[in-house]
Amino acid sequence: MLGSGTGSFLGLSPGRASLFFFSGLQFPAGCAREGGRILLPEVRSTSGSPNSCQSRSHPEAAGPGAAGVRTGVAMIRFILIQNRAGKTRLAKWYMQFDDDEKQKLIEEVHAVVTVRDAKHTNFVEFRNFKIIYRRYAGLYFCICVDVNDNNLAYLEAIHNFVEVLNEYFHNVCELDLVFNFYKVYTVVDEMFLAGEIRETSQTKVLKQLLMLQSLE
Amino acid sequence: MPAVSKGDGMRGLAVFISDIRNCKSKEAEIKRINKELANIRSKFKGDKALDGYSKKKYVCKLLFIFLLGHDIDFGHMEAVNLLSSNKYTEKQIGYLFISVLVNSNSELIRLINNAIKNDLASRNPTFMCLALHCIANVGSREMGEAFAADIPRILVAGDSMDSVKQSAALCLLRLYKASPDLVPMGEWTARVVHLLNDQHMGVVTAAVSLITCLCKKNPDDFKTCVSLAVSRLSRIVSSASTDLQDYTYYFVPAPWLSVKLLRLLQCYPPPEDAAVKGRLVECLETVLNKAQEPPKSKKVQHSNAKNAILFETISLIIHYDSEPNLLVRACNQLGQFLQHRETNLRYLALESMCTLASSEFSHEAVKTHIDTVINALKTERDVSVRQRAADLLYAMCDRSNAKQIVSEMLRYLETADYAIREEIVLKVAILAEKYAVDYSWYVDTILNLIRIAGDYVSEEVWYRVLQIVTNRDDVQGYAAKTVFEALQAPACHENMVKVGGYILGEFGNLIAGDPRSSPPVQFSLLHSKFHLCSVATRALLLSTYIKFINLFPETKATIQGVLRAGSQLRNADVELQQRAVEYLTLSSVASTDVLATVLEEMPPFPERESSILAKLKRKKGPGAGSALDDSRRDPSSHDINGGVEPTPSTVSTPSPSADLLGLRAAPPPAAPPAPSGAGNLLVDVFSDSPAAQPGLGPSPEEAFLSAGPEDIGPPIPEADELLNKFVCRNNGVLFENQLLQIGVKSEFRQNLGRMYLFYGNKTSVQFQNFSPTVVHPGDLQTHILSAWPSPAPPGSTPMIPVPRPVTWPLRALHSLR
Repeated sequence: MLGSGTGSFLGLSPGRASLFFFSGLQFPAGCAREGGRILLPEVRSTSGSPNSCQSRSHPEAAGPGAAGVRTGVAMIRFILIQNRAGKTRLAKWYMQFDDDEKQKLIEEVHAVVTVRDAKHTNFVEFRNFKIIYRRYAGLYFCICVDVNDNNLAYLEAIHNFVEVLNEYFHNVCELDLVFNFYKVYTVVDEMFLAGEIRETSQTKVLKQLLMLQSLE
Repeated sequence: MPAVSKGDGMRGLAVFISDIRNCKSKEAEIKRINKELANIRSKFKGDKALDGYSKKKYVCKLLFIFLLGHDIDFGHMEAVNLLSSNKYTEKQIGYLFISVLVNSNSELIRLINNAIKNDLASRNPTFMCLALHCIANVGSREMGEAFAADIPRILVAGDSMDSVKQSAALCLLRLYKASPDLVPMGEWTARVVHLLNDQHMGVVTAAVSLITCLCKKNPDDFKTCVSLAVSRLSRIVSSASTDLQDYTYYFVPAPWLSVKLLRLLQCYPPPEDAAVKGRLVECLETVLNKAQEPPKSKKVQHSNAKNAILFETISLIIHYDSEPNLLVRACNQLGQFLQHRETNLRYLALESMCTLASSEFSHEAVKTHIDTVINALKTERDVSVRQRAADLLYAMCDRSNAKQIVSEMLRYLETADYAIREEIVLKVAILAEKYAVDYSWYVDTILNLIRIAGDYVSEEVWYRVLQIVTNRDDVQGYAAKTVFEALQAPACHENMVKVGGYILGEFGNLIAGDPRSSPPVQFSLLHSKFHLCSVATRALLLSTYIKFINLFPETKATIQGVLRAGSQLRNADVELQQRAVEYLTLSSVASTDVLATVLEEMPPFPERESSILAKLKRKKGPGAGSALDDSRRDPSSHDINGGVEPTPSTVSTPSPSADLLGLRAAPPPAAPPAPSGAGNLLVDVFSDSPAAQPGLGPSPEEAFLSAGPEDIGPPIPEADELLNKFVCRNNGVLFENQLLQIGVKSEFRQNLGRMYLFYGNKTSVQFQNFSPTVVHPGDLQTHILSAWPSPAPPGSTPMIPVPRPVTWPLRALHSLR
């Protein structure tokens, strides 16, 4: 977990670490560029490209007390879009965290998700939750939900969301999410609200988004 | 920069973002940001009133800067002003700024309530949705107080647009989760249930979530939702793949709505009405049938969506646990997935089968897949899949297959990932104990565990084998012989030395007849390990030696020589030194009779729940122990091996968590009337947490912290550790779980001591009905000089300490220390 799991909250934070940090970005060979489309026709199944050759198994991030407690509550805790370098392209929180905690979660999710390869599942245990994630080109779309929630439903919810973004931004690429970050929030709110799936029809969502786009 | 052109409208924003992206270093970025902040500040402070567009642009830039990780200390008023704009784009940026930044500035909320109120009343669906989304995103109590009453009205109003209803339903859900007391049930609830019939599937999708949440707290009020959900589900499931148009996803009709409906049904027992039940069973069968049909598309989206419904259907079947036919069909379906080429499906099938294994109807069907599961354990690449396979083996284990499963798990242990070794060790230990028919197998298994993964064998495991050997005289001789042999290995794990030392000290006499394991041989074997061991092990070995003096008088001289050695008598470690001195003296001054009495064989341990099981539960949560908790499935085995059998002479005093050496704090019911007040007091401190718990609302945070009631109720397992802190130091954390932290600080002067208890609320909601009580042992009660101040709960931010001074005489504190 590269230290992110060990630091205490207390001693940290001379100002928050950056959520978006663009400078000095280096892409590993074989990674799609930021400007590249994220929804390539051949990106179909589970996760990632074959280039992502991470070797050994990830350090199973069953954080402290990774108890599969079945509370019966099930909702989305947060949605993250990160690139391979760990830069956050969207962070949507459905419960209260303070800023340090958010930063810590972002780092942990990145550490947990990026070490997995295409042969792994799209699910990772994460603290008392699980992350359902899917990789599109250089971007990881991650949804954190409760352990007893339906994995495949969220996996496809991610894809549904990406297809909407792709349609809305006409072949969406990472840069679209950077420059139109305020619009991405609108898309999210149309499809997910209060940690629940709000609308699943791509047609309806896009119709609404185009209507909003036309407003001044 | 292809996207710049798409940043329609706010050219300045796009330029700024480009600038930031072009910065070569962090310093350059900060410089550029500071320049921009200065610019924005001057614009906001300028005499000239800004037009809406500029205001929007600058607020948006500020938001971007905030998202980069910089603090923003101005611009909030401008954002609030944007809310009252009648242009959508300006309003949207205003609301966005507030939703994102509100954590850091809750003062804002009061300022915006008025704007939200206006938008809610505007009858403009776009503005209403913006306002509702803002409430849903912030979800604070203040907002609940202001709007909880309005939103149900909007939700059920006949003239609300569909999109507004969707947002209102989820907005209400958020407020209800945050502060259920602010959302009174009423006439609207019945109408909410009828939203399940709504024409608009999006409204249904949102409403189901709301109903699922509400019905958990008020199942009776929402009972009618069952039949409505069933009929809705039935319409979806039986529809052709094109019927639902917009809501068909890769040829699967309304997958997410189906999943939500199936989850809603899991809040209730099977429907009583035969017609409803019949219709539901038909649905479930249809889903199972469809799983067998050839796929309508090769895309993974199609199969995922279809299987999302299938897995939720299986969850419901398991939840009902009353339809043997469906359970077996579910099991067969999952069996097919076990060999599927998609890792996701294999993983989910293993996970789902784990719960099926605990149903009496499907346990046998699950067992037929044992070979596949064992194979998964050996060959899966993803450690989480292997872990699920291990879980499933554990869950499907019974007396018929215990030996096979245990030996497979032992084999796996040799190559298992470090992350899951300890858990596998616990599971093997539990299975071996539970399903042991002859205890020599059990002893062999545990010693194998120590041999293969000694580092991962926790105290609980080796304590347990000692308990069992002590309690069962039929296995003692075998155990002594086996450990003796195991200790012959040139390198053996320290845990083996511990177990060996203990067992030979107790039962070494049973193998002393054999010249190959005569007393001197036993002693020199153990003593050859002595110097390489840790202090704790050496201390244990010293006790073994004194026991040897009793068992084998002929070793007395040798052992006394060892005890007398300078390295023991003057050992830097006080424990070792004390043992050496005392044992040496004991062996010299006491008569044989006295020695025989003092060093008598340990009496059998009282029966109790396996401490290993408790540990596994702690590690994995309540679900983990299911296979063993479920006595109904295999009652015979429970009777046989349910616990260590006490010999008739033992008084069976249940003390569930007291450990072998009695070092740990006992939980309240079992706590003896201890001479020291410490036990009582500490226990009282702990019992505060369940007292505080019922007052907590069912906030999302509660779930995040995963503190189910069963999770925080009982005294925490680390109690002993915390007790030590409490006894040994003047301040520290006494207790901590996900909800609450209790710290103590104490100071003493002359005969007086003062103690502060700090209750830190770690949730983000207020504790209600929070009332700590302290029970004072004995005469302390009369000496309390001051009770606590008002029982105000901790604030909503984490870790606000509330000091609670208690003063009492030092005399009592002596007994605490």
